[in-house]
Amino acid sequence: MSQQPLVELHGVYRSFEKERVRIPVLQDIHLNVYPNEVLCLVGESGCGKTTTGKIIASLLDASEGEVLYNGRRMAEYDRKERSLIRRQMQLVHQDPFASLNPAHTIGQILGYPLKRHKMVNGRAELRRRIWELLTLVDLTPPGDIVNKFPHQLSGGQRQRVSIARALTVNPKLIVADEAVSMVDVSIRIGILKMLHNLRDMFNLAIVFITHDLALAKYFAWEGRIAVMYLGRIVEIGRTQDIIANPAHPYTRALLSAVPEADPNLTRKKQPIPLRSDEIPRLTAIPPGCAFHPRCPFYQPGVCDVSVPRLAQAPGYAQDTACIPLTTGEQLVPYGT
Amino acid sequence: MSNVVLSVKNLSMSYLAARGRVRAVNNVSFDLHAGETLAIIGESGCGKSSLNLTLIRQLPTSAKIESGQLLYTKRDGQQLDILQLSKKGLQKFLWSEISMVFQGALNALNPVIRISDMVYDTGKAHGLSKAESRKQALDLFEKVRLDPMRVFRAYPHELSGGMRQRVLLALALLLRPQVVIMDEPTTAVDILTQRSILEVLKELRRELNFSILFISHDLAIAAEIADTIATMYAGEIVEIGPVYEVFYHPRHAYTLSLLDAAPRLSVGAEELHSIPGSPPDLIEPPAGCKFHERCRLATDICAHTVPPIEIFNGNHRVSCHHHQIVRKEREEVIQS
Repeated sequence: MSQQPLVELHGVYRSFEKERVRIPVLQDIHLNVYPNEVLCLVGESGCGKTTTGKIIASLLDASEGEVLYNGRRMAEYDRKERSLIRRQMQLVHQDPFASLNPAHTIGQILGYPLKRHKMVNGRAELRRRIWELLTLVDLTPPGDIVNKFPHQLSGGQRQRVSIARALTVNPKLIVADEAVSMVDVSIRIGILKMLHNLRDMFNLAIVFITHDLALAKYFAWEGRIAVMYLGRIVEIGRTQDIIANPAHPYTRALLSAVPEADPNLTRKKQPIPLRSDEIPRLTAIPPGCAFHPRCPFYQPGVCDVSVPRLAQAPGYAQDTACIPLTTGEQLVPYGT
Repeated sequence: MSNVVLSVKNLSMSYLAARGRVRAVNNVSFDLHAGETLAIIGESGCGKSSLNLTLIRQLPTSAKIESGQLLYTKRDGQQLDILQLSKKGLQKFLWSEISMVFQGALNALNPVIRISDMVYDTGKAHGLSKAESRKQALDLFEKVRLDPMRVFRAYPHELSGGMRQRVLLALALLLRPQVVIMDEPTTAVDILTQRSILEVLKELRRELNFSILFISHDLAIAAEIADTIATMYAGEIVEIGPVYEVFYHPRHAYTLSLLDAAPRLSVGAEELHSIPGSPPDLIEPPAGCKFHERCRLATDICAHTVPPIEIFNGNHRVSCHHHQIVRKEREEVIQS
C-alpha cells in the first residue's frame, strides 16, 4: 500500500486524568488508514480501541506523538481546510438510541448537517438529497421514514439513519464504533453489507471497531485487523493472515476462546489457558510487555524487561509485538 | 434419556397493552431432562425472556398466564404444578428447586450489601443456618475459581465483571437446585472472561449435574454448551431438537435464517444473509405461519395455513411447511 494514507498515527500517546491520577489509555500507537480500506480494531473493553477511533476521526487530540491527515498535521491547515478535513472523517456511534435526537424527525436529523455545511442549495435540493440518502441506506420508501421520530424506528433502522447522517457531508472515512453491537444478530449482516456497498460506491475507508472477532473476520475479510491490548497494538496485518496464523499469544488466546456457531467446530476448539484471568488496571500497567503476567509463553528476564515493538516475525506475514517471536525464537510454555 | 425434571405443557401468557393483548408466549410445550442443557434461541422480541419469567412466575401485573401446566418433579419423585403453588409455596420453591442467573451482573447484586450477607439472607430464607450457608458458599466460590475468603467479604463493586458473574452463578447453586435458568449470562463480558465462565459452567454442570435452561441470541454459545436447541419465534417454539440435528439438519425456515446470519471465526470467507424486516406485532400476529412475511421460502400455503407440528426421529419437533427444502438447503451449504 504505497498510497498516501488518509490518517497516520505516529507514536501516539493519549492519557486522561481522573481524580488527579493520569490514566495512560494509548501508548505508542503507529497506525495508517488508507483510502477505501477496511480496518478493524479489535480487543476487550479498556484496550483503547474507541480512543484510537476518536483520534482517527479527529474528535480527540493526541497527548503526544503526531497525527497526520492527508499527510499533514491538523495545525498546518488553515481554518477552512481544517473544517473540510474534519468533515471527511465521520463517526458512527454504538448506541443509535442515544446518538439521534429524540425530538427531531429523521428529515431534520439529516437536514441539519446538509444545511449547516451548505451541501445543498434550496429546499427542493435538500429534500432530494434527504430522499437520496435514505434510499442509499435502504430505508425505503423515504416518504414513510422522513417524518418519523427515532423512537418510531427499530434499532437497525436507527443505525441506518446514523450512517445516512454520516454520509451527509461526503466523508472519505467512517469510523464505526461497535455500530452493530446493539442490533439483533439476524439483521447485523444486512447493515454490514450495506456499509460495504457504500464503501465501494463512495470510495470510503471504514474503521470498524468491535469486540466480536467473528464479526471482524466477516467484515474485514479483504482488509486488515489490528488487535489491541491495554493501550497498545499487539498485532496488525491482513485479516486472512491473522485468522489463519495468529502470532501474538494474546491474539492466539482470543481466537481460541471464541465460541463458534457450529457444534462440531466449537467443541473441538482448545482454548489456550492464560496464567491469570485478571486484566491489569490501566493505572498499573505491567512493565515490559503488558501481557506478560497472563501470557502462557512468558519468558522471565525478557518479557518483563523491555517493551516489545511491532515488527514482522519470521514465519508470519503480519506485524506483531512480541520479543521472543520477533527475535525468531519458538514460543515455549512458561514453566517447562 | 434421563428423567424429566420440568415439563412445560401448552403454556400461554399475554400482556395487557392499550391496543389489546400481546401474546408473548403462545402454546409452548417442552420437556427439560435431568442434567440437560436446553438453549432457547431467537431474536429479541421473540418471547424468550417472557417465557423465562413465566416459568418462574415473576411477571408484571399486566401479564396473565392464559393456560398451561408447569409440571416439576422433585428429587424425591413428588410432582407439582408451579402454576398452582401459593405465594409462600413459590417463595420456598424458587432458588431451592429452580434458580436464575440474569444478565448484567452489576444490576443483579445489591450494591450496599456484602456478598456474605447475600449468602446469609438467601440461606436463611430457606432454613439454612449461617454456618451451613457459609460452608456451602465458600465451597462453591472455590468451584467457580474465585478466592473464597476475599469474595465472601467483598462488596459487589470491589469485584470485576467476570467475578460478579461467577458469584451469581455460585449464589444460584447455593441451595443445590435441579434447574438453573440463565438469561444471556455472558453477553456483557469480554471474550476471555466469557471463556472462563463457560469453562466454569461446564465443570459445575459435570460435577453437580443440574439442568440448564439457557436463553441466548448467541448461536455460538448455544452450539457450545447445549444438548438441545429450541428456536422461538413470535412467542412460539417453532423447532426443537438435539443440538447436532438443529445445527446440521434444521427443518424450520426461521432456524435456517438464523444460521445463515451467524459468522464463524475459523471458517474462511462466508456467504451470510440477514433476515429482512423485524419480528411481527404480537397483538395482531400474521395469519398462517407467523414467519411467512420474512421468509424467503414462503409460498401461498404459508400465508393462510398454520403449519402442522411434525416429529422426526422421535425428538425433533418442528412446524414448517417447507421443512424438506430447509433441510436440503442447509445440508448443501454444509457440503460445500
